Amino acid sequence: MSAPLLQVRDLATHFSTRAGIAKAVDGVSFDVAAGEIVGLVGESGSGKSVTGYSILGLVSPPGRIVAGSVKLDGQEMIGMAQAGLRSFRGRRIAMVFQDPMSTLNPVLSVAAQMRLAMLAHGKPDAAQMQQRSIDALARVGIPDPQRRLEAYPHQLSGGMRQRVAIAIAFLNHPGLVICDEPTTALDVSIQAQILVEMKTLAREAGVGLVWISHDLATVSVLATRLLVMYAGRLIEEGATAEVLRRPRHPYTQGLIDSLPSRASPGRDLVQIPGATPSLIHLASGCAFRERCGYASSACGQAPGQTVDNGRTWRCHHPLTLGKSADVDSSTSAPTRAPTSSALQSP
Amino acid sequence: MTDFIQLDRVTRRFTSTVPLTERLAKRLTGARASATVVHAVEDVSLTIAQGETLGLVGESGCGKSTLGRVAAGILPPSSGSARLDGAPLMTRQRKNTTRIQMVFQDPFASLNPRMRVGDIISEGPLAHGLIARNEAHADCARWLAAVGLDADAAQRFAHQFSGGQRQRVAIARALAMRPHALVCDEPVASLDVSIQAQIINLFLKLRRELKLTMLFISHDLSVVRHVSDRVAIMYLGRIVEIGRTEDIFNSPRHPYTRALLDSAPRLAQDGSPAQEIHPIQGELPSPINPPPGCAFHQRCAFAQARCHSELPQLRTSGNAREVACHFPLET
Repeated sequence: MSAPLLQVRDLATHFSTRAGIAKAVDGVSFDVAAGEIVGLVGESGSGKSVTGYSILGLVSPPGRIVAGSVKLDGQEMIGMAQAGLRSFRGRRIAMVFQDPMSTLNPVLSVAAQMRLAMLAHGKPDAAQMQQRSIDALARVGIPDPQRRLEAYPHQLSGGMRQRVAIAIAFLNHPGLVICDEPTTALDVSIQAQILVEMKTLAREAGVGLVWISHDLATVSVLATRLLVMYAGRLIEEGATAEVLRRPRHPYTQGLIDSLPSRASPGRDLVQIPGATPSLIHLASGCAFRERCGYASSACGQAPGQTVDNGRTWRCHHPLTLGKSADVDSSTSAPTRAPTSSALQSP
Repeated sequence: MTDFIQLDRVTRRFTSTVPLTERLAKRLTGARASATVVHAVEDVSLTIAQGETLGLVGESGCGKSTLGRVAAGILPPSSGSARLDGAPLMTRQRKNTTRIQMVFQDPFASLNPRMRVGDIISEGPLAHGLIARNEAHADCARWLAAVGLDADAAQRFAHQFSGGQRQRVAIARALAMRPHALVCDEPVASLDVSIQAQIINLFLKLRRELKLTMLFISHDLSVVRHVSDRVAIMYLGRIVEIGRTEDIFNSPRHPYTRALLDSAPRLAQDGSPAQEIHPIQGELPSPINPPPGCAFHQRCAFAQARCHSELPQLRTSGNAREVACHFPLET
């Protein structure tokens, strides 16, 4: 594949607060190819949403992008003037947010909001705009789009509102769309409809998608590649199936093991002890070490990035692969034996 | 086992009052102002045995929270009755027992921000004379320990805790009333994945130790499957299927149950990514104007003429299972 659609390098976004500097995003690097769906997974406060905002240049004080580079089609977006960013947003790169009630304007009809989005990037005439709006709404599975155009957001259900927000994001045919938990507020049946529609949209339009979510199962339906974030850093990356089946970072393993679907009904779930650390008083070294069953004195040093066979991770004690080619099973230590006891409840 | 919670033909409707101005305007034009009626729960009967956990699943707006509030004695039913251990839960529209308590979804909203955690926990038992004032301190420490919090938490305010810890406080508050039954309304929905596992384990532990009877409401199928002995599926105010957890999940008989299971992404046991999902078409109809016949017929792939006009009743179908469908799926 040629140059990636999106190239993020060493991105760092910090928030200065009275209590100190919160390193919400701290040296994040990844690529997204055209037509690729990348899942960005983490718990609240891991910096996954701020990563999304930083890519679009939507960070406002007290937050600031302090370092790094974000290139879209080879063009640097960090440090770009506001006018340049505005012409990028919507046309080349768009975002869908979690709560469609707060992203749609409550006093404008759907048609008016869609017109604004189109007029921001060109001078289409009224008939064209009408047609493009209807097409965009139909593409996201809204029945009777002509009638829905006249509706106001409060007249639509949550699922319909999110579809309108997605239709607006895709209106100007952007190459990259960042979705920040767009289905979290929706019911499973509506979520399923939207997931299927997003997959089709990305495939048909060749759009690169970054799907931000806390829900591993949802992401695994969509994404071909998975990025796992913890306390502002990417701690693991790889093909979705690989990461889920054979995680290398103990945190990823803990996240997967804590899902109820992984345990027999009625039995205690494997739980990660403790809670996510405060980003302000983050000790040096690995941020996960206080919750980690494998932590040693080495973890006082921040782990570097290991790249191996399309996988990357940041851990001094990566979990060994169950069926690794270069490990002789007869002599090697038990592969993942400590997992269950290490992450057991205190 | 004896039935501990009994709901008998419970119906709960909400009627909006028409504003005075609108009533006057309508009267001037000669029209009649009619109030809007939301049919939140329609004719639901169910029982939960002592020590049993019943999972209640459905999409938003299906009436599961309303049913939970009726079962907990917070809302009186419009008709029908709710009984606890054989005795009516309410007399003259007021709850008359402390033996059933409730844990709510959002611990940011359910805890008073101006009260110390110790007061939040002891307020109920003191008001009901379950403990003397000089015992309050020790009692509070006991329940904090039971939910895995330190005793010094009693001196702090809710905002000083994380979401998972707040939910522990909310659980301690419910337990301090010495309930025999708990209604849990989406108690882990607002929590992070790693914290969710901690709270689910806490529920499992408490249920074992205190032998609680539970109605566990959730939209998350994997959570419900994990904690429940039996599961009830609700759709637009009615129960469409109820049965033992494994039966429901392994061989759903109502098309809606099947569709719901097919639309939820779930990781495989070995951690493989979730399979292709198959969404249900359309959306939940409005409970203000429910469709005639089976409420699911507009979205059902198996609907026939009879489903458009005739309401299917819950009928026993095999082993401890009831299904409300004219054409239930074969197991």
